[in-house]
Amino acid sequence: MDEEIGGLFRQEAAELMASLERGLLDLERAPKDRAIIDAVFRDLHTIKGSGAMFGFAALARFVHEFESVFDNLRQGTHGVDQAVIAVALRSCDHIGRLIEAPEGAEAASAELLDALRLAASGETAAAPPPGWSLVFRLGRQVLRLGGNPRLLLAELAELGAADIRARLAAIPALDALDPQDCCTGWQASLPATVPQTAIEDIFLFYRDDMQFNLQDAASAPDLPAAAQPPAEAPAPPVPAPSDPVPVPDPAVAPPAPVREAPAAAPANPPVAETMRVETGRLDELMDRVGELVIAEARLSALAQRFGDPSLLAVTEDIQRLSSGMRNATMSIRMVPIGSIMGRFRRLMRDLSQTLGKPIAFTTGGEDTELDKTVIELLADPLVHILRNSADHGLESAEARRAAGKPETGSIELAAAYSGAEVLITVRDDGRGLDAEAIRSQAIARNMITADAQLSQSETFRLIFEPGFSTAKKVTELSGRGVGLDVVKRTIETLRGQIDLASEPGKGATVTLRLPLTLAIVDGLQIEVGGENYTFPLAAVEECVELPPEFETEGRSSSFLNIRGGLVPFLRLRTLFAIREPVPPFQKVVIVSAGGQRIGLVVDRIVGNNQTVIKQLSRLHAHLKCFSGATILGDGSVALILDVPQLVSLGRAQEDRLRDQHGERAA
Amino acid sequence: MDVVTLRLGGELMAIPAECLREILEPVPVTRVPQAGNFIGGLINVRGVVVPLADLRVTFGMTLTEATPDTRMLVLELPIAGDEIVVAILADKVHDVTGLDPSTLEPIPPVGTRWPPDFVRGIGKWQGGFMILPDLERIFTQGAQKGSLSAVAEEGV
Repeated sequence: MDEEIGGLFRQEAAELMASLERGLLDLERAPKDRAIIDAVFRDLHTIKGSGAMFGFAALARFVHEFESVFDNLRQGTHGVDQAVIAVALRSCDHIGRLIEAPEGAEAASAELLDALRLAASGETAAAPPPGWSLVFRLGRQVLRLGGNPRLLLAELAELGAADIRARLAAIPALDALDPQDCCTGWQASLPATVPQTAIEDIFLFYRDDMQFNLQDAASAPDLPAAAQPPAEAPAPPVPAPSDPVPVPDPAVAPPAPVREAPAAAPANPPVAETMRVETGRLDELMDRVGELVIAEARLSALAQRFGDPSLLAVTEDIQRLSSGMRNATMSIRMVPIGSIMGRFRRLMRDLSQTLGKPIAFTTGGEDTELDKTVIELLADPLVHILRNSADHGLESAEARRAAGKPETGSIELAAAYSGAEVLITVRDDGRGLDAEAIRSQAIARNMITADAQLSQSETFRLIFEPGFSTAKKVTELSGRGVGLDVVKRTIETLRGQIDLASEPGKGATVTLRLPLTLAIVDGLQIEVGGENYTFPLAAVEECVELPPEFETEGRSSSFLNIRGGLVPFLRLRTLFAIREPVPPFQKVVIVSAGGQRIGLVVDRIVGNNQTVIKQLSRLHAHLKCFSGATILGDGSVALILDVPQLVSLGRAQEDRLRDQHGERAA
Repeated sequence: MDVVTLRLGGELMAIPAECLREILEPVPVTRVPQAGNFIGGLINVRGVVVPLADLRVTFGMTLTEATPDTRMLVLELPIAGDEIVVAILADKVHDVTGLDPSTLEPIPPVGTRWPPDFVRGIGKWQGGFMILPDLERIFTQGAQKGSLSAVAEEGV
């Protein structure tokens, strides 16, 4: 159980630390904002409270002091400045270390706290007031009588008690232990500002049968020795066996913040009620919904065959329900991308200092939602890209001044929906990509031959190949040629794509295009040569008839005129080596990805249906044209076409044609 | 060890029974374009999409039409650290029989048309010989070959 509770605490602490870090970064921009200072204070307070509850004594001690510093700031004795934020951020990291390895990390606490106090108040930093020292032991019967020591400790923590420790010396050996006896004692220290009566009031109902010793710490010079008796182990959480309540209840974990709510009201918008669910259960739910959708497709095929009106009506109902259920289930798995953008602000701040380049980092489209799995896998590639932009993309302040640009470089991270995809762009206003340098570097590294004909975008894409780097010198951050190829690999596993655009001297833009979901999509089923394939419906723009002049292959031009726009097209029949005879009246499905359109010639359009995406096995992972497979109503398997891949195939063909034209013209 | 004996392309083969999940009557196969002949299809095994492989391609046997005896064997194989579910074709499945691994003989270096890498050994059964294919190696290479050919395609 300790493990479980400890895990809960760690999870909660991680969220609190993220919130704390966000608050500190906000504070850096708006140092006078009381609401943010309050929020920071609240986070610290909660970490301290739960930390003490779960026996992280070193953590509680540290955060208590950290909190005192912010309390002073809150009282307005000294403003928040850069120095405070810098040390506070380091302290925030230290909290993480204290949770992971309290023994090893505690040594650094004192030093950080000194720095923090110095930064926050300089001359006013008097030693913290001595405060109260409390030692108590409840009566043996207290648990049988329905008492709950946990609540007592929570109340103490609320009064500002730090360093709450259990005294375990009186606990008998296991065979002599009656789990209903309360044998544990506790000790704590409280700030001097707390009135004695407030402390005594907590124990109002227990005073008849307990040992209670409250001392002014100043008058008890032997406290340090008493507080850390060498024989006693660091306090565990409230001893489990004696606990009358079955415990794994997350609601118990954060005792402190509950009553803090009124203070929080102005700073925090109302938060929807949430509940933590294991991801595994969500995956299972998604699998079930997938099976339901397949069964529904079978039912609908049967109903069509029998044509019985009542059966058709029920089928329609079930269709509606299953599609609603699918949407609801998917929305559970969707996470706003803002949830990982927060950590990038910290990254950019640190990068800006390491590199000595002023950087203005802005984010947009934080509300854009992606499947949880995608979001998690996306964090690392984005770190690489952002680092690369800061390190290679942006020039030094002097160079920027010389080029007539503002000294502060800007990097923008934005996300937006685009059809069935989410576009994530990282834009900088630095020097841009040097196509010539990339080319010569690629030749020097034998990645391409000296006479290779590459379009500009193909050249840019070389920087995502393994072993590539144009950095003149290797820095701590980048230049080793490791990193961007990892980005490419990760994005490809997500069935996404990377685009690069750049204007010399003006900056570069990296665009990641990712599928919205990995589970179920609306699909458009088509048929070529007796084989069934499925398009993700969101990528389909329209379907037109193939003009008779294109019926047979062999014409050099493969462009369709769609309302004045030229759209290149591919024949799936050719692409998939289908030898069946060509039927009359072929159709063209116009699909788009990343703002590009291409047409795909098919025999027949079957209709749309819900499509459960089944990943292809590793044995087929190398196939570029398919993003997965699905099971149709008749139980057969159909491949799902990977629209972005097909579009880039079509574009490659277009580029080739254009190059041929260009050469002829030259 | 227990093995399942089956006939394929006129030869007798043995598959370890521990990796056999089930034996199916032939179900409709969806062709996978650009995937080659070896693992060129997909089948639906109760809601799971499973790749279907034809070992006759690996061993250079003639491909013949399915007969009423044709079966699909669903196997679970460890490939590069993962358990992968694949199905293979068999012209006829005989039965499960015990095989003493120590009686396995290595494939003779001359006089056979089998790629020696793909055979774990030759066993005896009912007075005849049976081949134990090295499925792990066959499928690992099959997957690699697939990705290599895809790379080559891209290079064009």
